[in-house]
Amino acid sequence: MDIVVDAPGKAEDKAGTDVLALQAPENALTKTLSEAISYCRRNSIWPVMMGLSCCAIEMMGTAASRYDLSRFGSEVFRPSPRQADLMIVAGTVTKKMAPVVRRIYDQMTEPKWVIAMGACSSCGGMYNVYSVLQGVDEVIPVDIYVPGCPPRPEALIYAIMQLQKKIRQEPIYLFN
Amino acid sequence: MATRVVEQNYSNIESMTLNMGPQHPSTHGVLRIILELDGETVTKCTPVLGYLHRAKEKHAEFKTYHQFIPYTDRMDYLSPMSNNTAYVMTVEKALGIGITDRCRYLRTLLCELARMSSHLLAVGTGALELGAMTVFMWGFTQREKIYDIFEFISGARFTVSYMRAGGVAREDYPEWRRRVREFLDGYMRTQEEMEAMLNENEIFLQRMIGVGRISAEDAINFGLGGPSLRGSGIDWDIRRDTPYLAYEEADWEVAYETEGDCYARFLVRMRELRESWRICCQMLDLLAKHSGERMNIDNPKIVFPPKDNVKKSMEDLIHHFLLASEGFKVPPGEVYHAIEAPKGELGFYLVADGGPRAYRLGVRSPSFINLGALEHMCVGELLADVVAIIASLDPVMGEVDR
Repeated sequence: MDIVVDAPGKAEDKAGTDVLALQAPENALTKTLSEAISYCRRNSIWPVMMGLSCCAIEMMGTAASRYDLSRFGSEVFRPSPRQADLMIVAGTVTKKMAPVVRRIYDQMTEPKWVIAMGACSSCGGMYNVYSVLQGVDEVIPVDIYVPGCPPRPEALIYAIMQLQKKIRQEPIYLFN
Repeated sequence: MATRVVEQNYSNIESMTLNMGPQHPSTHGVLRIILELDGETVTKCTPVLGYLHRAKEKHAEFKTYHQFIPYTDRMDYLSPMSNNTAYVMTVEKALGIGITDRCRYLRTLLCELARMSSHLLAVGTGALELGAMTVFMWGFTQREKIYDIFEFISGARFTVSYMRAGGVAREDYPEWRRRVREFLDGYMRTQEEMEAMLNENEIFLQRMIGVGRISAEDAINFGLGGPSLRGSGIDWDIRRDTPYLAYEEADWEVAYETEGDCYARFLVRMRELRESWRICCQMLDLLAKHSGERMNIDNPKIVFPPKDNVKKSMEDLIHHFLLASEGFKVPPGEVYHAIEAPKGELGFYLVADGGPRAYRLGVRSPSFINLGALEHMCVGELLADVVAIIASLDPVMGEVDR
């Protein structure tokens, strides 16, 4: 947890937040609003259910009992894209499925991120044929690529942690 | 008279077309179903396939026989060991070779572990879709143990690519057998807990009993296989009726139920889990008894030599090079071989033209055939029951579209 607890007496002559700290009651949390929002965002990334093929089994395994994705705040798999922040594209995206993936991505509300899980959704993987899209990044923007066929649950968890790191660095615009 | 008013109102309402999938939480992947509804009753149900078509049969024509093994993993990705076995047994049949006893026992053990892992997921997700989450979690705890076992022997959690024509990729070893024993010893407790949780659960029973009924005659006519067939009272199992591997040597029974509804198919799966456990225990004993014997057949033209020998022996190096670069050749002919995969009869039809690649490989995938009966089961049922029916058929789209 990186929200700093400042007692009013300890506030030094810095700019910005110190004024708030002086006026706040004992043991109040002081932090900029954007940092607080970023904290909430990166620790409750809700994925949309986008299990396409084999990787979906590993994705389910990650959410299930042993690997327990809820430790990272991402266990709430939403079937509805409107309630989700993250799309884990788990499996082979065929050319027939690509418009559906794109449509579900468009239906997700901002801010939204994409993890391409596995070789197939990263680059087509072992299927270089007429029916398979050579990487989901041809239809939607991808933030994190996870290698493996399929990636182990640890790899997916690491990808989500990398995404959390990425969200932390992103600026937050409160009024746009 | 009130009922007559309602009937009149219904007659004026047009039927509603509802699209279910391809992104839907309970269609087991990317199955799309177009439903026509009269009120809440399904009047027509059309599955739309092809959302996961990866041209596997075409791949077989461009890969050597060994190179195609990883593609079979990803067909029914819940039981890759069974797919591997079905494919390499077809190739072995075309080559006209047999395998050693020890290999038969190991393959049988791994196929049954794959069946357990597949049925655990089928039961778990089926219950999850009806609102029972605990069984899914318990099932996954056991599945992870099975994945550990697979990983210890093949190096991968479930895309194992483990079977080879004439044998297996790596031998089993005492520590691995100890782990399997440990899993089997602890498994039955979960099985009993799951049965206590579901078999007499009032909500579960009301959602399952009498739903998606299919008669024995229709089940045969649709060509169903596996639990979907045995749930309708047909006492047919390829493992017993056309024996392969070491099933004849094991003491087990074919599980079947007579009702033909979702609950019967669920019960068949639960009982098959117990039977698979029995077979596993026996195979493990047999495997330990034969542990000193040879695993792969002694045919350097087909089986890869041990890696250590490749560095020391000229002949082994040449054989290794030829197998890796060109692959072995299969004499011309047509072969069909089927095994009892967790979903039903999984068959490979191989046309060989004498070269190192298949001329044509056809797959008779059980999920695809079982899905054919979906409309027959759904028509006349309520919309909410469609979910239960799909779960009881347990299709895997990787196998349906291939």
